Amino acid sequence: MRLEPIAAPSWQRRLIPPAAAILATFVIAALLAQIAGGNPFSIFGLILSGALGSKFAILETLNRATPLIFTGLAVAVAFRAKLWNIGAEAQLYAGAVVTVVLGTGALALPAPLLLPLLALAAMVAGAGLLLGPALLKTRLGVDEVVTTLLFNFIFLLFVSYLLEGPLKDPMGMGWPKSPRLNPEARLPRVVDGLRLHWGFALALISAVAIWLINTRTTLGYEMRAVGQNAEAAQFAGIPVTKVILKTALLSGGLAGLAGYSEVAGLKGALTLDLSPGFGYTGIVVAMLALLHPIGVVFAALFVAAIFVGADSMSRAAGVPSYLADIMLASALLLMVLAILLSKFRLRRD
Amino acid sequence: MDILDILLSASFWAAAIRIASPLIFATLGELICERAGVLNLGIEGIMVAGAFSGWIAVWAGLPLWGGVAVAMLTGMAFGLLHATLSVPFGLSQHVVGIGLTLLATSLTFYTYRVVLPEVSSPPKIEAFQPYEIPLLADLPLIGPALFSQTPLTYAAFLLAAICAYTLYRTPVGLAVRAAGENPSAVAAQGLSVTAIRMGAVITGSGFMAVGGAFLTLSAFDSFFFDMVNGRGWICIALVVFGAWRPGKAVLGAILFAAFDALQIRLQQTAIGALVPYQLFLMLPYILSILALVVMSRRAEVPAALMVPFNKGER
Amino acid sequence: MTTPSMAQRAANGPVLRLKEITKRFGPVTANEDVSFDLFPGEVIALLGENGAGKTTLMNILFGQYTADAGEVELFGATLPPGAPRAALDGGVGMVHQHFTLADNLTVWENITLGVEPLFQMRLNSSAARARIRSLSERFHLKVDPNAKVGRLTVGERQRVEILKALYRDARILILDEPTAVLTPQESDALFATLREAIGQGLSVIFISHKLHEVMAISDRVLVLRHGRLVAERRTAQTSRDELASLMVGADVKPARFAPNAAGPALLQLQGVSTPDNGAAPRLRNVTLDLAAGQITGLAGVSGNGQAALSDLISGLITTQSGQIRIHGREIGAWSPRKAVDAGIARIPEDRHKTGTIADFDLTENAILETYSTRFARRGWLDWRAARQFAKDLIATYDVRCPGPDTRIRLLSGGNMQKLILGRVLELAPDIILANQPVRGLDIGAVTYVHEQLAKARARGAAVLLISEDLDEIMQLSDVIHVISEGRLSPGFPRGSQQPEDLGAWMAGHGFDTMTAEGPHAP
Repeated sequence: MRLEPIAAPSWQRRLIPPAAAILATFVIAALLAQIAGGNPFSIFGLILSGALGSKFAILETLNRATPLIFTGLAVAVAFRAKLWNIGAEAQLYAGAVVTVVLGTGALALPAPLLLPLLALAAMVAGAGLLLGPALLKTRLGVDEVVTTLLFNFIFLLFVSYLLEGPLKDPMGMGWPKSPRLNPEARLPRVVDGLRLHWGFALALISAVAIWLINTRTTLGYEMRAVGQNAEAAQFAGIPVTKVILKTALLSGGLAGLAGYSEVAGLKGALTLDLSPGFGYTGIVVAMLALLHPIGVVFAALFVAAIFVGADSMSRAAGVPSYLADIMLASALLLMVLAILLSKFRLRRD
Repeated sequence: MDILDILLSASFWAAAIRIASPLIFATLGELICERAGVLNLGIEGIMVAGAFSGWIAVWAGLPLWGGVAVAMLTGMAFGLLHATLSVPFGLSQHVVGIGLTLLATSLTFYTYRVVLPEVSSPPKIEAFQPYEIPLLADLPLIGPALFSQTPLTYAAFLLAAICAYTLYRTPVGLAVRAAGENPSAVAAQGLSVTAIRMGAVITGSGFMAVGGAFLTLSAFDSFFFDMVNGRGWICIALVVFGAWRPGKAVLGAILFAAFDALQIRLQQTAIGALVPYQLFLMLPYILSILALVVMSRRAEVPAALMVPFNKGER
Repeated sequence: MTTPSMAQRAANGPVLRLKEITKRFGPVTANEDVSFDLFPGEVIALLGENGAGKTTLMNILFGQYTADAGEVELFGATLPPGAPRAALDGGVGMVHQHFTLADNLTVWENITLGVEPLFQMRLNSSAARARIRSLSERFHLKVDPNAKVGRLTVGERQRVEILKALYRDARILILDEPTAVLTPQESDALFATLREAIGQGLSVIFISHKLHEVMAISDRVLVLRHGRLVAERRTAQTSRDELASLMVGADVKPARFAPNAAGPALLQLQGVSTPDNGAAPRLRNVTLDLAAGQITGLAGVSGNGQAALSDLISGLITTQSGQIRIHGREIGAWSPRKAVDAGIARIPEDRHKTGTIADFDLTENAILETYSTRFARRGWLDWRAARQFAKDLIATYDVRCPGPDTRIRLLSGGNMQKLILGRVLELAPDIILANQPVRGLDIGAVTYVHEQLAKARARGAAVLLISEDLDEIMQLSDVIHVISEGRLSPGFPRGSQQPEDLGAWMAGHGFDTMTAEGPHAP
């Protein structure tokens, strides 16, 4: 058996495998729900209504999608340049830590000045955290997958230390929790009375900005060239190492923004469960979006809907909410296979 | 307690060997995959699945070794999935590995909730007990450190010897090493690169799962969600540290485990109390990164690691 | 060569018979209706240009590809398609153009790999080593069975490849371009081995495009062109000229350019050495002037430092000692970017891996070197101008393609090369590095590339042409240097040397006396 590239795939060829992948994901979920004693059909109904069935549900989904757009963009930017950043989780927390440190009184500025400054600081923190592994990769050839993964564990322990030590909220009744942000450090809501903050808008703006960078700027061109064929890029005079480092800064910065948006927009304080794995889920989001920044927005909404829907389905039907994680992991694996099959055909050879 | 006292105590080394055992299983598993040319980032998830499946099998009434077998088979099933996607289809080993870790972990947690819906704390099982090897266990220092371990620890060291022998002294080991270096050399001799690589990934994944099962069947007697806690990623670093050789990888695992055992003991000393405990917990991960950095200079990486082989490609 | 008579051979019947083999890759027909027989003790030469379908045919015979039609008979029995194992067990041994050896294994491990059943308790290494020793004595293939293959020279590796086949009792040896990587002396040793093998009853298929070798070793010549068997000749009854014209399908007319007065040296290397990077040979004290209005040819056996010289001029590596001057001025920091900015046009050896990005479209590939200097303002790309530039290149350089938005992966090698040529020549460069610019191209594209280089020469550019094809070098160059083990011979003006003289330099003769009395001695 051999894989042979298809010169010009027909639209059926391009559409059917991804559609089949999504369908297969739902079939797998249905089977698993059945095993857990749920009715596979009502399960999907419950997930749908839990995610989109009410104003509250929709807002919840949008709020959940916000950090996923940021981490999804972070992963998409990095993967496009073949920089395997699996550390968005740690970079998210780095952004959150800086937001809390500077937003609890250290910077006494009015909101219009403070908010952009905090965002910038969070980006710098996230970028800085990825710079280390990126330098280890470019200088010493150390695989960034393992270093960024290990950094996740290290940084989470560091956050745990901060929350039990220097950043501990004196009024927290012993819980590992930071003090709350000052009011001027909080991202306002988009519409008064609705639980949706400006972080969501910032996420959309970021997606458009990344799209512009990818398609219109020299940096975007360079990142794609390095990702597709670093040897040819090097030969043509593209500064490969510099491009990888710039990519790392951009990717880490985006993940840092996720932490900023969660703390300043949603939670108001830092806890150890700020992110239930948004950094890892960002990988799924980015892959489902085929690394396209606008696609990331839709993929993040889809993923968020499944998570939010599964939570409420779990309460109603007693099927564990981990079903959502299984669906996303299967969707990821099936989708990469589907994309391959839409570009190549299997030939006996 | 002085550091020297700690280092000279049998209980310290016994702990180090105990901590090293699951790492040895999983590191050997990863090493076999990488020697054949496949980076298996599914390791973390496969260890979680192995820890759970072995434990739940014993809880359901199987003997302990039956639990080990169930874990191994679970790992091999996930290995088959990884191998199918990464070898004949040649999909990105990074993406497949991460995806597999997410899938194996979430499937495990889901199954746990389905099987044990209402429990607040997981049930305990009768785990492997230490077995003192006659005569050897009576040796001073070495006896209690090395020869009063559980059978699964002995199995880890036995497996290391078997792996080393197989890799270097048998035809199939030769084929695995060649497949990771230059797959066309394997194909030109009429062997199937696909079969060899898939076989290596499936076998290696089985060992990883046993590494996970060690945690529930020997080190502890129950299953917790964050039990594996990055051990899989550490094993990937250990493979690099061991320069892709079973013997060195085992030494690396013991050295690493000794540091881990040391930090646990240091936490309880007077000086240790002054340092935040999180710093001690970070040490294993920091050590792993350092190991990668130190070994990066002398790369003995299998030349075809992460390079898919497409038959007849020109 | 003394061989049994044809009648005797035919009576024994062919050892191998190819019947009407056809193989297509998508729209490309690699082999069409190819049939021939191979008799015991016979050497067949398979002659053809790059891309004529020689290697594909042999891969079908060896079971690595499956033919779309036709079959292979080995000792009278039909060979199951797509099963290398069957071919191996049937006594076919193949020495590939790119060696199939694992560097991390020893010689004996490479040779015994896959010979014994995979699942058994141990390798019988001492018996294997003894057998290898006796084989290497019998066939004059000197190599240490315990050596790591990664440490062997190219010649030694080829011996290991041949031993691999002999170890399996091969009755038919297929050698794919075996001399491309050998010095003339090593080639002679290889021929001695082959004669020994024929003497012991083996049959050989020898794939080559080098006419003198074909004349020297073969009994029969089969000529492939565009995948078809176009001629069959007894070697004793043909000539080099006839074979050459059969191979290209027309009488070969050497491209001859009118002499051109040499201008000033535009690029000068003065006593340049490059750092040792372990794998490829480095440059050692190389002095070279590229004069305006001249094509300087670099001849040599592959792997003797051509890559280092090309990488150096391309900006990929820097010197360890010595100076580089461009337009008489010494260069400072050196990188691919600086090389482009200094006006060096670089045509890389591997257009798929280094010259282009396969999944980029023609526009994106066209601006690869100039995106930041010509098509960007403050970091924003001007796609409209870029696309226009690609369109112009397509028109001017006759790139056959659906349009500027086509992914370059879909283009033929010749059209890909035309785009690369256009991309660099549009900038009217005065220094041109052409590394193997026509490798693997069809004759039309070859002529086109050569004409473009000649045009550049005529307008006063300094061209460095690196090629392993001595005929190409001798046809095009005003001055010829030979490279051997990283050392460079003096420049020989056109027509001053016979191929045999250059061959001696290629084998490494003459360099020792040169450095002592050469004009550029340090």
